[in-house]
Amino acid sequence: MSETTVATPASQPSQGSQPSQEFEKVLTGSATQVASFDTHDKTAIQKFQHFLHGSPSAVPLIVLVMSVAVFGIILGGKFFSAFTMTLILQQVAIVGIVGAAQTLVILTAGIDLSVGAIMVLSSVVMGQFNFRYGLPPAVSVLCGLACGALCGYINGLLVARMKLPPFIVTLGMWQIILASNFLYSANETIRSQDLARDAPLLQFFGNNIRLGGAVFTYGVIAMVLLVALLWYVLNHTAWGRHVYAVGDDPDAAELAGVNVKRMLVSVYTLSGLICALAGWALIGRIGSVSPTAGQFANIESITAVVIGGLSLFGGRGSILGMIFGALIVGVFSLGLRLIGTDPQWTYLLIGVLIISAVAIDQWIRKVAG
Amino acid sequence: MALEPILTARGLVKRYGRVTALDNADFDLYPGEILAVIGDNGAGKSSMIKAISGAITPDEGEIRLEGQPINFRSPIEAQKAGIETVYQNLALSPALSIADNMFLGRELRKPGIMGSLFRTLDRGAMEKFARDKLSELGLMTIQNINQAVETLSGGQRQGVAVARAAAFGSKVIILDEPTAALGVKESRRVLELILDVRRRGIPIVLISHNMPHVFEVADRIHIHRLGRRLTVINPKDYSMSDAVAFMTGAKLPAEAIAA
Repeated sequence: MSETTVATPASQPSQGSQPSQEFEKVLTGSATQVASFDTHDKTAIQKFQHFLHGSPSAVPLIVLVMSVAVFGIILGGKFFSAFTMTLILQQVAIVGIVGAAQTLVILTAGIDLSVGAIMVLSSVVMGQFNFRYGLPPAVSVLCGLACGALCGYINGLLVARMKLPPFIVTLGMWQIILASNFLYSANETIRSQDLARDAPLLQFFGNNIRLGGAVFTYGVIAMVLLVALLWYVLNHTAWGRHVYAVGDDPDAAELAGVNVKRMLVSVYTLSGLICALAGWALIGRIGSVSPTAGQFANIESITAVVIGGLSLFGGRGSILGMIFGALIVGVFSLGLRLIGTDPQWTYLLIGVLIISAVAIDQWIRKVAG
Repeated sequence: MALEPILTARGLVKRYGRVTALDNADFDLYPGEILAVIGDNGAGKSSMIKAISGAITPDEGEIRLEGQPINFRSPIEAQKAGIETVYQNLALSPALSIADNMFLGRELRKPGIMGSLFRTLDRGAMEKFARDKLSELGLMTIQNINQAVETLSGGQRQGVAVARAAAFGSKVIILDEPTAALGVKESRRVLELILDVRRRGIPIVLISHNMPHVFEVADRIHIHRLGRRLTVINPKDYSMSDAVAFMTGAKLPAEAIAA
């Protein structure tokens, strides 16, 4: 090592201030102006595009407000009543809660097809643990929540540790959980009046608060609180920022210091837990514990997320967009039913909305291009 | 002056299937120096750097930091030990803001109950810190510290990544091709930054294909060839063409290993 000269801070004066390369000598005479952003000659459309890029939930909010306005003009007071408005909220409560779980998974660039199955199995566990094994309702509810979290945890392990694609994992788990649900429950429904007599706690989310004509079920309130809580967590905690980072570019997140595997497992587990909560709310909504309820929750939750402007490629979008997306679907369904059209028109329009939402998303992203 | 190396590696071996990327590679970094690592494509430079920065785990061999054997299983562990790396692909999350990216994995929380119980991020402190570091670097004029990294130019992104490493690296900073995406002026700024970091006493490992830059700032040049260290030269004793000849195998160094 003797011939090696290890420079100390003192031994070598800064070379930095004097460019040492011949071709860099001219730099001293170079313009000091730095690249600036064009802010003046932007057209109104470009400004709008930038605004939408910065606020991903603005598009679904605009569509929601417009659709409420259009149905309000067509239907008048029949639609614009506190009762109808809160009825829409009640109808989207389950999809909203499941959509919150779906949002978390989709933000990590995954997809969860098993959300509906986890929801139903959890609700069946809550019911059967009480009626079959005689456990107190509170314990049964906890068991149901644990069951949902466990299903999510298995999803997470398979995705993060086994490196299987989320689509395949949750497609398989969907079948497995749904089959377990039917095998375990023996396709047996627990009747509403039995629940009301023996375990009213299971119907907790069916209770409501009335303010004039407005009816707020506890399920609606739970959905709003859950979305608010998750919005806070996603935007103002390190865990939430890591959800976005993992969905954006998992390799970069790993190199920057995020434990990607642990993040994925925690996201899927939390998603399962939220689905179990949706299962509890589902009992409140339909009154009974039915193993055949909520068949379309997975597709409906994905629809809400996509119309809400979240990217299926992960890392982009806001949970508020998801709730606006769910509400748009709710407004269309109820509005068209009140007009008295064939319900198929609802599905047709929702299909158009899904494709438009993704097309708008592509346009907004050109800002970054 | 202490001449104990701060970071050493001995006999590193890394195989990918039937390809041996590292074949008994050695490595030494001394306190306060700038060590350049050069080598042909596929010589195993990146694998060696990744082994040191925790991104891969070598199959064999030993790495010591300040004399203590270390065994990083992830980049997080290397960061906790004070080794910061700027990777070629920069490791930034495009949709997150500049401040979020700088603090990814080591976010600051608000003081008091908001931070400890509700785990609220201290956005204000993180933004101020990020802004300070970026203006210190003088690499760019960022209008909005909250703009997404994907809206920045390639050079600005590189600046964010370098600023992150310079801000958090306490023992060793590794820069993998830090000037590759930069213009002449911006490259100059990064080289000044490298010298500035050394002045603060933190040693730097610089991987680069840019011979003028390497010869300008490096105290020693580690030449990597065929998965191992061929030699270490002093840039004052050799010309750029000698270094290129060594790393491509056109010429063999006179002495076996000059260290």
